[in-house]
Amino acid sequence: MPSSNSAPRNFDAARYRAFYRTMWRIRLFEEAAIRAVADKLVLGAIHPSIGQEAVAVGVCGNLAREDAMLSTHRGHGHTLAKGADSLAMMRELFGREGGTCHGKGGSMHIADFGVGMLGANGVVGANIVIAVGAAHAIKLKRENRIVCCLFGDGAINRGPFMEGLNWAGVWKLPVLFVCEDNGFAASTRTRAMTSGEGPAARARALGIPAEEIDGNDAALVDETAKRLIGEVRGGGGPRFLVTKTYRLTGHTGVDPAAYRPKEEVEAKWKDDPIARLGAALIAAGLSQADLDAERRAASAEMDGAYAAARETPWPPERRAYEDVQDAGDPRVAAF
Amino acid sequence: MAKITYADAAKRAIAEEMRADPTVWAVGEDLGRGGVFGQYKGLPEEFGPERIADAPISEACIMGAAVGAAMMGTRPIVEMRFSDFALCAIDELVNQAAKARFMFGGQAKVPLVVREPIGMWRSSAAQHSQSLESWYAHIPGLVVVCPATPADNYGLMKTAIRNDDPVVYMEHKNLWGLEGDIDDAPAAIPFGKARVARAGKDATLVAWSATVHAALEAAGELAKEGREIEVVDLRCLWPWDRETVLASVRKTGRLLIAHEAVRVGGFGAEIAAVVAEEAHGALKAPVRRVGSPRAPIAYAPPLEDLLRVTPATIARAARGLFA
Repeated sequence: MPSSNSAPRNFDAARYRAFYRTMWRIRLFEEAAIRAVADKLVLGAIHPSIGQEAVAVGVCGNLAREDAMLSTHRGHGHTLAKGADSLAMMRELFGREGGTCHGKGGSMHIADFGVGMLGANGVVGANIVIAVGAAHAIKLKRENRIVCCLFGDGAINRGPFMEGLNWAGVWKLPVLFVCEDNGFAASTRTRAMTSGEGPAARARALGIPAEEIDGNDAALVDETAKRLIGEVRGGGGPRFLVTKTYRLTGHTGVDPAAYRPKEEVEAKWKDDPIARLGAALIAAGLSQADLDAERRAASAEMDGAYAAARETPWPPERRAYEDVQDAGDPRVAAF
Repeated sequence: MAKITYADAAKRAIAEEMRADPTVWAVGEDLGRGGVFGQYKGLPEEFGPERIADAPISEACIMGAAVGAAMMGTRPIVEMRFSDFALCAIDELVNQAAKARFMFGGQAKVPLVVREPIGMWRSSAAQHSQSLESWYAHIPGLVVVCPATPADNYGLMKTAIRNDDPVVYMEHKNLWGLEGDIDDAPAAIPFGKARVARAGKDATLVAWSATVHAALEAAGELAKEGREIEVVDLRCLWPWDRETVLASVRKTGRLLIAHEAVRVGGFGAEIAAVVAEEAHGALKAPVRRVGSPRAPIAYAPPLEDLLRVTPATIARAARGLFA
């Protein structure tokens, strides 16, 4: 994969400075969440996307607020990049009132429909078929919105991947599929469990134009996503983007990822997408002080979110029975 | 009052709702040809291929896409062809559709009608004959409807389409051609209201779907023997009408539940347990249940018939209430 540490053509420094801040917001949100796991404030599983921030900002940075986005269990970055509020998200991870889902979903079910974020998902690949249905509704209603569906490389071995891509192709639906290929399906190397040539080849076999890029190059992800989203929005049907990246931490917030050689992880830290974008911004004329200011702002935001979430009360008990369904009383004859 | 078949009654409800609400649409395999049982016949011509949409043989995607389309403001009717095939879409129904509203804190509703034809007919063997309604009654977030008559298939379908949550709508394949009366201006039927199909004072017989008709026949036989059996058509398994069942049992003192599904773990067990908890003092005899043996459904007619819940098996169990 070619590296692009120098500022490329048409490098929009203001745009990428904002990306840089969002990448730090994602990184520091997740670092705060990992701290909260250690502090026993986040009791459920979290799945950090540290090292994958360029995909989140590059893809979501090209979506309009009214565009729909569906994410995965590893979805904090996508959700922040789509515009969700970090404090509401942190409260959700803490299981508190005022969380995006009133503390009823947690990290794996974060959703913020107000910014078009239609849900993380606890089941790998399950969001793909939901995403094509969202796009189907957009087509039926003659709307100009699009859907972006992000999933990992592990998802391509599930049936809904094939069914969903086929469906999108049959109806030429406005969906951008983004396979965030971090090399691991939980703790197993995906390539060891994947026959054939991988995600792009599978998409092409289903008639969906696909390309594969360096997912740690925020500007490249941005340019590519912008072009593909333009094609999708223009009625060109679905597109498929594979972003090659690396999960710098474990599968969950408590996974030491001892199944990977230390040297491999150390080498991958040298390809940290935040550092790469920082270097490109310096090459484009920004100062280190500019970059530090962005990091400090992100840090203050996430430290504040942690502190505020900790002080937020639990949801009231009535939440346990709210929004189950309209018909029938969920409490009937239970105890 | 006019006559209508069970299949046409649901179709009439769908057509009326589709005319009234442009966000209602149906999707499933072979719908463009009117559906595998003809239960959509004529609808493709009226509503076109976008709103009566064919689908690939991709049950998981049909269901999952309907979840996404429902979250985006449409009201899909999902055709699963056979309830047996809907098992290919269990994650989409149970983990996604049923839970999205709750998990997302009320940000999303998933208004789906999942049509899952159930039941034994003739020589369709173990993968085209099952009655799995009790599975879905177990899942918070789902409504479970099992209509027995044409009028109910109209009125409950209307309510199902207007409902904001996923509804597992189980029609019995043996009833498609059943004719029955329907009002000239029929109304929607609310969920969770059982129907007393035959009044009686000596015992309560609860059934749903096609078994209601076998239960009525059995009650007719018992009447000849001087036993007045009250037949309650439950209509919905969730929400289910505890009040009507308990009131009937308090009146009669005896309860038999009959269903086509496997007896072990069937919904009859839930009804029996609630009656034991709530109306034990009213019972003059042990509660009895009739259901299918716990064996896959065989192809050969004589073997298949061994598993059937019939008027004779129901009548035999009913007599046992008075032994």
